[in-house]
Amino acid sequence: MPINRDFIGREYVADETYEVSRELIRRFADAIGDAQPAYRDVEAAKALGHPDVIAPPTFLTVLGFRFAGAGPLADPSLGLNYALVVHGEQRFVHHRPVRAGDVLTVTTTVDDIRDAGRNETLTTKTAVSTTEGEPVADLYSTIVSRGTAGAQEGANA
Amino acid sequence: MTAKVRYDDVEVGTELPAQTFQVQRANLVQYCGASGDFNVIHWNERVAKAVGLPDVIAHGMFTMAEAGRVVSDWAGDPGAVVEYGVRFSAPVVVPDDDRGATLVVKGTVAEKLDGNRVAVDLDARVDESKVLAKARAVVQLA
Repeated sequence: MPINRDFIGREYVADETYEVSRELIRRFADAIGDAQPAYRDVEAAKALGHPDVIAPPTFLTVLGFRFAGAGPLADPSLGLNYALVVHGEQRFVHHRPVRAGDVLTVTTTVDDIRDAGRNETLTTKTAVSTTEGEPVADLYSTIVSRGTAGAQEGANA
Repeated sequence: MTAKVRYDDVEVGTELPAQTFQVQRANLVQYCGASGDFNVIHWNERVAKAVGLPDVIAHGMFTMAEAGRVVSDWAGDPGAVVEYGVRFSAPVVVPDDDRGATLVVKGTVAEKLDGNRVAVDLDARVDESKVLAKARAVVQLA
């Protein structure tokens, strides 16, 4: 089943916030096997000029899954089969490092949905800021829905 | 932010220390938990094969995180990585054995930008085949 193009342009503002803690940062750093002290030790982070421990450059990927239930991908009318989904592209633009103590709010926009050969792609932009309105990062993400383009009768889905 | 590398000490073509990462099933399970991405193709071989994949594959974001360590370790301050983007050009297939997949990542300074920033291009391969394309980080140097 092709992805529903009506979703292009839709904007989703998360109705909850995400509170970044030292423990969440440590858990993520452990999972990527990165021993960098600034992810775990406040004094090491301060020595680099940060007020608290900072998060790895790709940490904000957690937001997409934390808020997935309130975003476009969880809406059955989008027509996405998640087992057919792989990640196509990802880009982070950091306005400043994410750090423990941040309370983040997220706005996600569906930028584009299009065919790419037999696949389809869905591109989103997610703006991340603190609840005080300080911009923290912009995330650009493209996912690929394998084999669902123009899914007609007899097509290999 | 305090990158430990000085802009003036870097030229286009400067190579970053390469790193090798062993990616095993256990890493993917741990990353599922830490990231919240529990897509079955990252832990269930039966489902992965049923949807046409050769085997369980690594999260693209896991591969991206590992590759990024070449840049953040070089810079000395992960907060100096102001932009980071990749295209996932081929999946990292992770067999259920004691070795897993071997990811080799190299980085090269591709461009010197204004404001003491540089663009670093990353080359990430498994068994000589590229798994990331257009992998580029912008780093704020001292």
